[in-house]
Amino acid sequence: MLGRLSWAAIPLDQPLPLYAMGVVGIVILVVLGIVTVKGWWPYLWREWITSVDHKRIGVMYVILGLVMLLRGYSDAIMMRTQQAIAVGDAQGYLPPDHYDQIFSAHGTIMIFFVAMPLVIGLMNFVVPLQLGVRDVAFPTLNSVSFWLTASGALLVNVSLVIGSFSRASWWGYPPLSELAFSPDEGVDYYLWPLQISGIGTLLTGVNFVTTILKLRAPGMLYFRMPVFCWTALAANMLIVAAFPVLTATFAMLLLDRYLVMHFFTNEAGGNQMMYANLFWAWGHPEVYILVLPAFGVFSEVAATFSGKGLFSYRSMVWATLGICILSFMVWLHHFFTMGAGADVNSVFGIMSSIIAVPTGAKVFNWLFTLFRGRIVFTTPVLFLIGFMITFVLGGLTGVLLAVPPVDFVLHNSAFLVAHFHHVIIGGVVFGALAGINYWFPKAFGFTLDERWGKASFWCWLIGFYLAFMPLYVLGLMGMTRRLQHIADPSWQPLLLVAELGAIVIFLGVLCQITQLYVSIRTREHRRDLTGDPWNGRTLEWATSSPPPAYNFAVLPRVETIDAFWNMKRIGLPPAEPTYQAIEMPRNSPIGFIIAFFAVITGFSLIWHIWWIVILGLLAAVVTVLVFGWSENREREIPASQIARMESARLGLGRPA
Amino acid sequence: MTIATVDFVPTELARGRGGGGPASTRTVVAYGFWIFLLSDFILFSGLFAAYAVLSGNTAGGPTGAELFNLRNVFIETMCLLFSSYTAGLGALSAERRQPGSFLIFSAFTFVLGAAFLVIEAREFARMVAEGAGPSHSGFLSAFFTLVGTHGVHVTSGLIFLVYMVAQVVAKGLRPHVLRRLLCFSLFWHALDIIWVGVFTLVYLMGAR
Repeated sequence: MLGRLSWAAIPLDQPLPLYAMGVVGIVILVVLGIVTVKGWWPYLWREWITSVDHKRIGVMYVILGLVMLLRGYSDAIMMRTQQAIAVGDAQGYLPPDHYDQIFSAHGTIMIFFVAMPLVIGLMNFVVPLQLGVRDVAFPTLNSVSFWLTASGALLVNVSLVIGSFSRASWWGYPPLSELAFSPDEGVDYYLWPLQISGIGTLLTGVNFVTTILKLRAPGMLYFRMPVFCWTALAANMLIVAAFPVLTATFAMLLLDRYLVMHFFTNEAGGNQMMYANLFWAWGHPEVYILVLPAFGVFSEVAATFSGKGLFSYRSMVWATLGICILSFMVWLHHFFTMGAGADVNSVFGIMSSIIAVPTGAKVFNWLFTLFRGRIVFTTPVLFLIGFMITFVLGGLTGVLLAVPPVDFVLHNSAFLVAHFHHVIIGGVVFGALAGINYWFPKAFGFTLDERWGKASFWCWLIGFYLAFMPLYVLGLMGMTRRLQHIADPSWQPLLLVAELGAIVIFLGVLCQITQLYVSIRTREHRRDLTGDPWNGRTLEWATSSPPPAYNFAVLPRVETIDAFWNMKRIGLPPAEPTYQAIEMPRNSPIGFIIAFFAVITGFSLIWHIWWIVILGLLAAVVTVLVFGWSENREREIPASQIARMESARLGLGRPA
Repeated sequence: MTIATVDFVPTELARGRGGGGPASTRTVVAYGFWIFLLSDFILFSGLFAAYAVLSGNTAGGPTGAELFNLRNVFIETMCLLFSSYTAGLGALSAERRQPGSFLIFSAFTFVLGAAFLVIEAREFARMVAEGAGPSHSGFLSAFFTLVGTHGVHVTSGLIFLVYMVAQVVAKGLRPHVLRRLLCFSLFWHALDIIWVGVFTLVYLMGAR
């Protein structure tokens, strides 16, 4: 009746996750209680849950990413603490089985449910505004994408209370992840949520490639697009080209596990290294899916806050596209030790080093953009400068690791852990935080507090260096990654420094929460009435903050790059043009409904409850078919209403 | 055919550099579906790669040469290729607003597609009965997964077709129905392209 699910699945013998989930459960109940008592459900349902507005969906993605950042961070601090105290005779407080689940969950969550939602959220919010259009190509599909991602995140967290998570790390290498060595539900809790959220991500990729290539304001030639749109285009092309490989790979592992096939098994002709190859054929492009949009954010920040156009726009675009292609030619550097031989390793080592060339070109572009600019030292600019220094150093250790003989010594060591945290925190996380600080006023109509923003920057920067520089040294001293127990006491001082760094990073997170709280409390004083708080250059600043549902009452005509800057230079268009009725997509609950069935189906697949699997799949298919039948998916906002809204907006903001 | 000219915006900016403003819904939907199909091709490329790696790993079990019956596969292939031809004729009838001939061609498409599936299912059943099921060896896992995934796609294509026929019958050939029909055509032809790969790589090269 309930497959493998029984009361034994609740880990009563491990109190830690239960306490954690108890606290989380109470918080969730309190929030739900407040929402119910205040009667906010209709509002939430109408304006957010069923919204197909790219701005709302973008905000929800970012919130999902930030909430999951707290989960991923708790995993991190637990590991750091374990390594700092479990030295010599001490065994620490986490048994190996639990520790293995934590490092697997940490990596999985941070990549798939923190970095991806943050980056996709920013793209969702910004790209249509920068292109000067009213929404993405497929707004309802966009909502489906978001809710599928959220379903995956939910399922991963369910593993805290019901059953256990994978112990096979965030990449789930066989044969460890095969049935023979991981017979319980752990690996399935890894595979199914990622399959579900992977479909969501793929649909996002399809949606945004179509949006950027087919929906742009009149006059927005390819080479007039803001650089963030170019990086978003590159990232989404990578999603379309890379995520299906991950889906296929996971499908094969699932077939091994559920139907006893032999893709990656030890026996009967399976091949484990094929998994590594396929996984990283997705995995390396994935790195650039994350970091290219961050590069885009920094390009916008550099240009805006130095009051100059981006230095060498075209080389920035070509560098982005070059990285996009090169990212598919380096996957083997993740396993030089496979034994492919000197020739193959040399090719991939050289290709990996070559990626540093376009990236280096970008760094010079940012530097020359800042050079002789009138730099305003806002929080995003601090993140930009912190990023440039940190990312260049992290890139250099990457070039070091790209040398196969060096990699043979350092692979699987703490040095590697330091390297990829160096580029992901220094690149992706700093980029996302800069982007949030930069675009927050556009999303909510008031700016974020600078004092707390800067405090959070310094905590993140200092905390990062304290946490990860010791790991480089430890790696060179011979410490491998994923150690539940430290045998060599001479490593302990550095591990304590790393622990301190993790705590400083947490102070940074606290500063951000405070920043948000303080900014909301003082929002009346920090309203952005102009729509253009930073003297921006691109079209998202040409509309009000927050923008109306239709973004632009009249689609802007683009004459140059930095279209809005040019408009301001030659004079804004007349305040009251003639308005026409605007057709906007209607809200739709389909994303939420499909996600609901996806969660139920995913959970039942994990626990082998086949009758619910069949019902859930059927229900999802029927939902799609019912939606596919409908035709009145648009509503029309009449011209008179738009004229009213626009005059209210313009009367409030810009002097007419 | 006049459909291609609907989207043309005769301005200086529209000449290939993308300055003509947002494209029409029809272009956007078809383009988006193309991108989706591209991602589907990449999914298959992963399965093809796995098959290429594992095709020799028979683990002492039967090889492709012992299992494949090229005569059946040839009939199967012809069914699918002709179903694409009739699907194309159906799409042309729909564009000419001839629902009657659209329905006739769609019926042919469905029968040919279903025949393909029946032949495939019989082949699978025969192999499993001979003890050569997907859990027998790496080669057979890859074979059943690659060919089976294509079969699942054909099955969804048939459901898609029935669904579109129902929409045409209920609503007529209205613009949004035509847009969805366009997607169906693209999907059905894409399955042919994949099958040409399967036929070549799996059957022709494997039967030797």
